[in-house]
Amino acid sequence: MARNPVTWLGSPTFPKAAHTALADTQLRQNLRKATGTIRARRAAAVAEMTDWEMLRVAGEQIKDDVLARLDTLLVQLEESVTARGGVVHWARDAEEANRIVLDLCRAENAREVVKVKSMATAEIGLNEALEAGGVQAVETDLAELIVQLGDDRPSHILVPAIHRNRSEIREIFQRRMGVEVSDEPADLAEAARTYLRRKFLTTKVAISGANFAVADTGSIVVLESEGNGRMCLTLPETLITVMGIEKLVPSWQDLEVFLQLLPRSSTAERMNPYTSVWTGVTPGDGPQKFHLVLIDNGRTATLTDSVGRQALRCIRCSACLNVCPVYERTGGQSYGSVYPGPIGAILTPQLVGDLTDPQAASLPYASSLCGACFEVCPVRIDIPSVLTHLRAEVVEAKGRTAESVAMAAAAWVFRESSRYEKAQKAGSLARFLARDGRITSLPWPGSRWTSSRDVPAPPAESFRAWWRKNRG
Amino acid sequence: MASAREEILRRIRAARVPRAAPVVRGYHREGPGGVELFAERVADYRAVVRTVPDVPEALKALAGKRIVAPAGVPREWLVGGVTWLREPLTTEELDRADGVLTGCAVAIADTGTIVLDGGEAQGRRALTLLPDYHVCVVRADQIAGSVPEALQRLEPTRPLTFISGPSATSDIELNRVEGVHGPRTLEVLIVT
Ligand code: SF4
Repeated sequence: MARNPVTWLGSPTFPKAAHTALADTQLRQNLRKATGTIRARRAAAVAEMTDWEMLRVAGEQIKDDVLARLDTLLVQLEESVTARGGVVHWARDAEEANRIVLDLCRAENAREVVKVKSMATAEIGLNEALEAGGVQAVETDLAELIVQLGDDRPSHILVPAIHRNRSEIREIFQRRMGVEVSDEPADLAEAARTYLRRKFLTTKVAISGANFAVADTGSIVVLESEGNGRMCLTLPETLITVMGIEKLVPSWQDLEVFLQLLPRSSTAERMNPYTSVWTGVTPGDGPQKFHLVLIDNGRTATLTDSVGRQALRCIRCSACLNVCPVYERTGGQSYGSVYPGPIGAILTPQLVGDLTDPQAASLPYASSLCGACFEVCPVRIDIPSVLTHLRAEVVEAKGRTAESVAMAAAAWVFRESSRYEKAQKAGSLARFLARDGRITSLPWPGSRWTSSRDVPAPPAESFRAWWRKNRG
Repeated sequence: MASAREEILRRIRAARVPRAAPVVRGYHREGPGGVELFAERVADYRAVVRTVPDVPEALKALAGKRIVAPAGVPREWLVGGVTWLREPLTTEELDRADGVLTGCAVAIADTGTIVLDGGEAQGRRALTLLPDYHVCVVRADQIAGSVPEALQRLEPTRPLTFISGPSATSDIELNRVEGVHGPRTLEVLIVT
């Protein structure tokens, strides 16, 4: 079987990469500043919503329903998209998906395509595959452009260039665009606008991801900020959308939940500047050819794990990254995957599907189990429980190098975690007070755990206890 | 060999995911709404927002400009002194226009959002994307209180664009900066 490009070929295991990242003081400074800002703003955006917990519960339930009826809903989506003039393709893995997209580009004689930021296409390594096939993919999202022009790798789900500060971005733009520009964010944005304008107006094929697809109407939804998404979704003649099979919602009404949860969780806004919704092809408006590529790439395997499958509820908001003390210290690239941070630690190894792979096996240990990720997750993914579960599976998989690497990762986090003991407090307090594995009510700050009824307790075993038992 | 479609569906069925609990929609489906809240929320995005009794009067400020007017824009909005650009328009012509004037399908008070659906006075999506300035007229009765109320009023199979403030990015040090690829100035005129 071909290796899953969700992890980067030749990436060091987590403890090695983390060690290197920690030595980079500029990186840590950039990250601390950015995540600190967004944490405070997200908290304010969420505090405004008196029904936030009920929205989270609904988000969780809708996504669980999707996972339970995935076969029926996918077939329904296919029917609705086809009925409106779209063409649906299915891909078992990254290789198959890349081949489908490359063939579609070739059929349109496209040498260059414009792209809207998409985790699914990053996961399958589409840009590299297209390039190998003679098609140049131009990233149009500002942060993706910074990464692409800097010959760099992404380090965050939402803001792939979060590890770069404004003066580093200025340097990259001056070098690659050949323009003089200041390090004022507004000037940097203007430089990107000018650089991409002609491409938007002339490119014939665009590639996008999807935040949601509505099964009963066939509508596809993309949330964005800059307008590069609208450019790609509106101006070209052909649009190819690549989407994980779990990105469904059953009905149009269900979007009312996610259009409230996602912007506040990701960019801490009441609403992101632009959300586009389209259904198949609309005569006289936008691309007249529409292809939807549905990718599995490890998702059906993840679905078989009754504990791990909740990772498929993820709506890629990145809130869990922004609150994670391990992520803040190591940065996204240490995780060696397009999915970093807490969600990456549970999703990447499951998509790879091979816990004897040392790099994948080290990821579930890239956490101190403090529980902050669960607390902010808009679809209530119990990341600490999945981490504990996957750790047990790593030990069981008996890949000897994998296991020893995992132990090294655990040791690393253990050492580091004493430095951010404070972050662990809320979690251990909740565990201490839980009765029958459920938490009923807690004083603040623990009350933030219990503001929705019947919150499952964080994993009974604290990281330290687990470590003492398992280090052998 | 089975097709990718058959194999993926087979794998899903083989996973035997148990039925999920029914969805409890305990969240608020209605918001307080109102012109004031809507105006306040639009302004928070650093958009220009004005409550006007008379649209043509307010549009006189556009004199001397080349403004796109989609099909269905009321005749009285097309005030004198403005060069009104009407369809069919090429991408290049849209790119050179100074701005675009539209109505909207629905607005959302809670989030300060306007929604276009390509209907009367809105045109195809490129019209509101390429010009650097967008002025959108919102009638008070088009303002829904909440996101759920707004979605209920919309037809999902039409091409929809939800707009909340001018084009922006949070990609540089996670701070919102206005003005990237979409219109850098958004003006909302609320007619009461
Ligand atoms: S796991 Fe939850 S918090 Fe993390 S990115 Fe996914 S939805 Fe957001």
